[in-house]
Amino acid sequence: MIFSEITLGHYLALSSLLFVIGLAGVILRRSLLIIMMSLELLLNAANLALVAVGRFQGIPDAQVAVFFVITVAAAEVALGLAILVAIFRIKKTTAADQLAGLRF
Amino acid sequence: MEAVFFWVLAVALVICATAVVLFRNPVTNAVCLVACLAVQAALFVTLESNFLAAVQVIVYAGAVMVLFLFVIMLLDVREEARRTIPWVKVGGVGVVVLAAGLGIPRLIEAFPSAKKSLHWGEGAVSGSARDLGMLLFQGYGPLFLATGVLLLVATIGVVVLCRKDPEV
Repeated sequence: MIFSEITLGHYLALSSLLFVIGLAGVILRRSLLIIMMSLELLLNAANLALVAVGRFQGIPDAQVAVFFVITVAAAEVALGLAILVAIFRIKKTTAADQLAGLRF
Repeated sequence: MEAVFFWVLAVALVICATAVVLFRNPVTNAVCLVACLAVQAALFVTLESNFLAAVQVIVYAGAVMVLFLFVIMLLDVREEARRTIPWVKVGGVGVVVLAAGLGIPRLIEAFPSAKKSLHWGEGAVSGSARDLGMLLFQGYGPLFLATGVLLLVATIGVVVLCRKDPEV
């Protein structure tokens, strides 16, 4: 039953699993580059949930929202990687735990 | 048949995502993320969002990941491989993931909805570029323009951030 019929719950469960994996990446990894890749996983989990809910509830506007999310994510990655390169030029490292310039 | 597709794609997606988080070499992580995004594009196709699947492959798996690989090329990738693994953190996150995983069957049963038809309008092919474009420009025109401004600002910001001498 749970394996033969695919419902909205299946897609939401997959999306939440993807979100948890991405969140684990953000928490566990210390390289800023890998943290940004995990952030992409988080955004993709949200996209999957949006498309699935839009499909099963009959709302095509959800796909427009995903379209905007993809665009904003592209801008976010470009800016984030630029900041990463700037940090690497100054500090010679991309480890998050060595960037303690704001620590009191 | 549809169920088989879903399960194969779901397992592939989870494996690729776990590989993104766990591998030490950033190039491997990036390639696994490309696989992850491609699998998700296939999932979009199973949800009848064909245009979004194409956008996912072109923008995400294409442009964004090339950006990632270029930055990996600029940075020192050997630095990460030398670090030790924080086993306490790994254990804690593992326990949380396991606890969350046990709740998944209940989550699946909580949303037993059947598929409804999407209201794209007359004679529309569901999820095509034409339908999404009509929807986008009829209801979300100003938002689309704002996205264009956002991309312009991001481009200028990247150029300013990456200049060698900010004074000039």
